[in-house]
Amino acid sequence: MEINEIYNKLKSVFGEGIGELKTDLPVRPFFFADASKIDAVALFLRDEESMQFDNLSCLSGVDYDKDNLAVVYHLCSYALGHQLVVKCLVPKSDPKIKSVSDVWAAAEWHEREAFDLVGMIFEGNPDLRRILLPEDWEGHPLRKDYKVPEFYNGMKIPY
Amino acid sequence: MAELRTEEMILNMGPQHPSTHGVLRLVLTLNGEIVEEVKPVLGYLHRCFEKHAEAMTYPQVIPYTDRMDYLNAMSNELAYVLAVEKLLGIEVPERVEYIRVIMAELQRIASHLVAIGTYGNDSGAMTPFLYCFMDREKVLELFEIVCGARMLYNYIWVGGLSHDITPEFITKTKELVKYLRPRMKMINNLLSYNKIFIERTAKIGILPPEVAINAGVSGPTLRGSGVKYDLRKSDPYSIYNKFDFDICVGTGERGVVGDCWNRYIVRAYEIEQSLRIIEQAIDSIPEGDVQSAVPKRVKPVAGESYVRTESPKGELGYYIISDGSLNPYRVKARSPSFCNISVINQISRGHMIADVVMILGSFDIVLGCIDR
Repeated sequence: MEINEIYNKLKSVFGEGIGELKTDLPVRPFFFADASKIDAVALFLRDEESMQFDNLSCLSGVDYDKDNLAVVYHLCSYALGHQLVVKCLVPKSDPKIKSVSDVWAAAEWHEREAFDLVGMIFEGNPDLRRILLPEDWEGHPLRKDYKVPEFYNGMKIPY
Repeated sequence: MAELRTEEMILNMGPQHPSTHGVLRLVLTLNGEIVEEVKPVLGYLHRCFEKHAEAMTYPQVIPYTDRMDYLNAMSNELAYVLAVEKLLGIEVPERVEYIRVIMAELQRIASHLVAIGTYGNDSGAMTPFLYCFMDREKVLELFEIVCGARMLYNYIWVGGLSHDITPEFITKTKELVKYLRPRMKMINNLLSYNKIFIERTAKIGILPPEVAINAGVSGPTLRGSGVKYDLRKSDPYSIYNKFDFDICVGTGERGVVGDCWNRYIVRAYEIEQSLRIIEQAIDSIPEGDVQSAVPKRVKPVAGESYVRTESPKGELGYYIISDGSLNPYRVKARSPSFCNISVINQISRGHMIADVVMILGSFDIVLGCIDR
């Protein structure tokens, strides 16, 4: 299925929950989805007969701009062979987003990683703990305003 | 007789344990010898290379990608470089593409030999391990001829390669292809079809294909479940569509589709396919300058790219965002081992402790890749 068809279908079902389709090169065409509806959008993308996005290839957390974080979903359909990029903006003041770990099991650890390194809260993730950093680490390193702490548990950090 | 007191036991496997292939910790909840739950604890090797990358220029990131999956540095470089080249919109000379494919396939052979050898070692067979490492050394010698390094190369550059190949490399590669075929036959006889080995691995840790796809499992681990999906054919990159090779899948020749033995045997078979690709490529490398397309300064326009490649461990993706400056705004590596290991709890439940070692080994994980 072409990106335009997928987009139009989603737009007709979810209306306001789906933003404008952006097709500026060199970026692969993508659109923004509402962070509070992403779980429903994901379920639709997976189960709709003509889409069948059965695989979440990559989920990335990004410090997007001054006020927003973003979660980027790279989807892929093993059954039909097409791909899709969906983004969600999450405000830094209240970084909450619905989890898609019920839809794709792959999301569970990727969401934990995004929570750990970028710091968004995935509502509905069954086990939202730090995954790569120690449990008692403070802050989220991949934020642009992150300052490396001088000490960790009394040990000097040499950077 | 008084009643026996029974209770669950928590057992720590790792982080320092030979069968975890690095510093991985598994917290096992046990009911006697039976595993009830496996909780992987990651991060012992975490360096946050993604943060480092934001402070460097694009070419400076390449050595960091080497150190992600250190048994498989060429494929990491290739994936990262392809993503940067897509951002820049540059075409590389055909000679470069050919050499890159040869290097990536040689690296796949080296990586699979380690996987096979260490898996034998996990199951208590020491001899195949030594044979595999001997053969892998021959592959590493080839890399040494070309770029001087055995494991971490910084060989594939944005737009080209650091060194051209030499006639010595071509003759030695041809010799290696001839040498490896009978060796693989020997290793298959020694290990793959060994009754003791099959008893240890067949019908253990069965991963159903739909669970595998949903959990993002990829590479030989996915193909072991019978899913015919290989990015070199399904979503071709570089010049893989020019070569003739087969996708190997687990067929249940021994055991059942999706068990440890089938995941293992896919790797043994893939070595033969890699040899076929190398044979086809080595004789048809076109003439050219391997550095003619290397840009003086890598400064892509604002934008982003996501490239997926088939590394020996599975689907390795790089998601790069550029803000138009000399440093990447964000580099995200989608590591195959990270996704593969996430199903371990699901498929280990109900097995014995010793089987967890075999299940873990069948994923062929590298902790540098998981923890990044």
